[in-house]
Amino acid sequence: MTHTSPSHADYNYTVIRQFAITTVIWGIIGMTVGVFIAAQLYWPQLNFDTPWLTFSRLRPLHTNAVIFAFGTSALFATSYYVVQRTCQTRLFSDKLASFTFWGWQAVIISAVVTLPLGYTSSKEYAELEWPIDILITIVWVAYAINFFGTLFQRKTSHIYVANWFYGSFILVVAILHLVNSAAIPVDWLKSYSVYSGATDAMVQWWYGHNAVGFLLTAGFLGMMYYFVPKQAERPVYSYRLSIVHFWALIALYIWAGPHHLHYTALPDWTQTVGMVMSVILFAPSWGGMINGIMTLSGAWHKLRTDPILRFLIVSLSFYGMSTFEGPMMAIKTVNALSHYTDWTVGHVHSGALGWVAMVSVGALYHMIPRLYGNTQMYSTKLINTHFWLATIGTVLYIVAMWISGVMQGLMWSAVNADGTLTYSFVESLQASYPFYLMRTIGGVFFVAGMVIMLYNVIKTIQAPKGSLTEKQAL
Amino acid sequence: MSTFWSAWIIIGTLIVILGSAYLLRMVIVDTMGKEGEEMPHSFDGIVEINNPLPKWWTIMFAISIVWGLGYLAIYGLANFGGVLDWKSANKEVYSLEESRAAIKKSIEDGDIVQYNAEMQIADEVYGKTYANYAAKPVAELLEDPEALKVGQRLFIQNCAQCHGSDARGQHGFPNLSDKDWLYGGSFDKIKESIMIGRTAVGMMPWKDALGGDQGVEEVVAYVRSLSGRKVNAKQAAAGQAKFGLCMACHGADGSGNQMMGAPNLTDNIWLYGGSTAAITDSVANGRAGVMPAWQDILGNDKVHVISAYVYSLSNK
Repeated sequence: MTHTSPSHADYNYTVIRQFAITTVIWGIIGMTVGVFIAAQLYWPQLNFDTPWLTFSRLRPLHTNAVIFAFGTSALFATSYYVVQRTCQTRLFSDKLASFTFWGWQAVIISAVVTLPLGYTSSKEYAELEWPIDILITIVWVAYAINFFGTLFQRKTSHIYVANWFYGSFILVVAILHLVNSAAIPVDWLKSYSVYSGATDAMVQWWYGHNAVGFLLTAGFLGMMYYFVPKQAERPVYSYRLSIVHFWALIALYIWAGPHHLHYTALPDWTQTVGMVMSVILFAPSWGGMINGIMTLSGAWHKLRTDPILRFLIVSLSFYGMSTFEGPMMAIKTVNALSHYTDWTVGHVHSGALGWVAMVSVGALYHMIPRLYGNTQMYSTKLINTHFWLATIGTVLYIVAMWISGVMQGLMWSAVNADGTLTYSFVESLQASYPFYLMRTIGGVFFVAGMVIMLYNVIKTIQAPKGSLTEKQAL
Repeated sequence: MSTFWSAWIIIGTLIVILGSAYLLRMVIVDTMGKEGEEMPHSFDGIVEINNPLPKWWTIMFAISIVWGLGYLAIYGLANFGGVLDWKSANKEVYSLEESRAAIKKSIEDGDIVQYNAEMQIADEVYGKTYANYAAKPVAELLEDPEALKVGQRLFIQNCAQCHGSDARGQHGFPNLSDKDWLYGGSFDKIKESIMIGRTAVGMMPWKDALGGDQGVEEVVAYVRSLSGRKVNAKQAAAGQAKFGLCMACHGADGSGNQMMGAPNLTDNIWLYGGSTAAITDSVANGRAGVMPAWQDILGNDKVHVISAYVYSLSNK
């Protein structure tokens, strides 16, 4: 089945360019804040006795910036790119597209201002106060109309698998946001959740875990399903595998939240069902990794010369590792050791740095030159440098948190012959100290790579159209 | 939970798990054309191959589904308690008494409650150590460095939050390493303080009774003079005249009364601070300290060892 492809001029690339550039910039800002608060854990005096520079205020700024400013901008950019190209039609509405860009920037700026000032709903990953929540809702509805509107106008007979994932991400994030952020306002910048007690905790982690499941997993799988076969110039390994793992993934993921609340006041059966669904989720999660990595079969040699493909494949490896680690940590016995320790922090970052950031970076390196009338980035060498900085940074980070986390878990549960605790909490903190430094260094590596990327992106944008081809690329 | 919601949960859970199994089977059975060939659609140049599901992956998925159903059958879902009737803890209790009763009942009924089981094991493993110590008089424990070490560990875990890891106390929480005792420093008195706790009779707010700020000021001057501080003699004399109100608890000479936990005002040791401002606050607005009772939480045997440790700090 062949179609005459519309020329690039027929696609709306403006909004994609905007989101692609802000992805890089917000990525640098969000990750720099992360490095700063990581350094605060090693050098506490870095809060300079200034309220808005303290860990407690900057930590939500870091998480919001990397998830909603960096990650979600990357999803906006790539979903608008992928949905147009795989449906062979222009975006449903240019005005709505522009509104989603400026609206989303307004959300991010509001976060950057209110969070350091201490305005927070105190719900993790949903700290923004209610007026900003309403703005998010409006922008998201515009996004959904634009995305699904484009799907309905498609000129292809089928809907490509990448769009299944993007679509589920957009739909479920809307539901999660509406349910979790339900609150009663007290004034313009303070509200209280409508839920209380164990119900509040459950709703919070139903949201929290599915922000991971649908935003950081499903959304980025959508990205993977387009950019891996494109960059590798190979067919997707198995259509049928994508069907099973898509439906199983979205059906099972929504149940997994209670594994964040093992051995708490949450009813036992809720914990049990959360653990069971998390463990069954392992195979469907790996379905995406298999489909991505096996897409490369017959083209493995390309990894030697193409650092963009390396970004994509290594991101899939980190994805596979953290989706193995996650179900394992959801098992109550393992959770008894890992819960509340740095292991959790390491797990999140093997997903956030290794998977989310690296697959986004790979996708951007593929997409950005094409958005500006070229086929290659300004410098392949710099992409390669970025690749190694990102990989080393991620590994340093994860290994530091593994060691520190397991050590904390063991120290907290160690007892003397008389049944008293062997270590005080402070002793476990002292033991974690060197690993906090190691983690900070890992973060510095990762941010350094992002700064190199920004330079490479600027140079690529400045290059005349058609000037960067495979041979000319440095 | 009502039967409706219980059924809702069980049916929903089964639909998702069995649905995953059905989906897996459906995609294996329905080959959707010839295996190994490209699917008849392409998207922006991307084609998909109709490869079969990897066998090891399929088996892994199937095993996890079977395991999941088995786990739910054993550990329960909604109102269905599961084959084991397992519980992590007695979650319906609201007080220590209810908790004790629930533990007793579940042991009698042979229920599997993980918290109870772990507490029982802890009692069996560690209980003997403490029972042995509890049987010994304090003099013997003071000679036993291991016993004091055990007491110190218990202290650090249970008492240090208020009294400090070196037992020297902090604002509002007495220093336990000196010879100044609110309720008595004998071993028996210390143990009594820990076992049943202490609720201060209460230093009342005296501002009104003393006739306002001036009266307070005068009494404070007199109180400060008791520990040899330099004060305005005229004020102190006026304060002394009003000190009659204080004597009921602190004694005629201000040396306190351990029966009531009234502090000695003459030794220059101050629970709430010895500055003029701090004493003024104490006199004008009153103070009320609470030491919780530990007998229900730690039990006699452990309190015995802690008491010996605390006693040892000021009786070396």
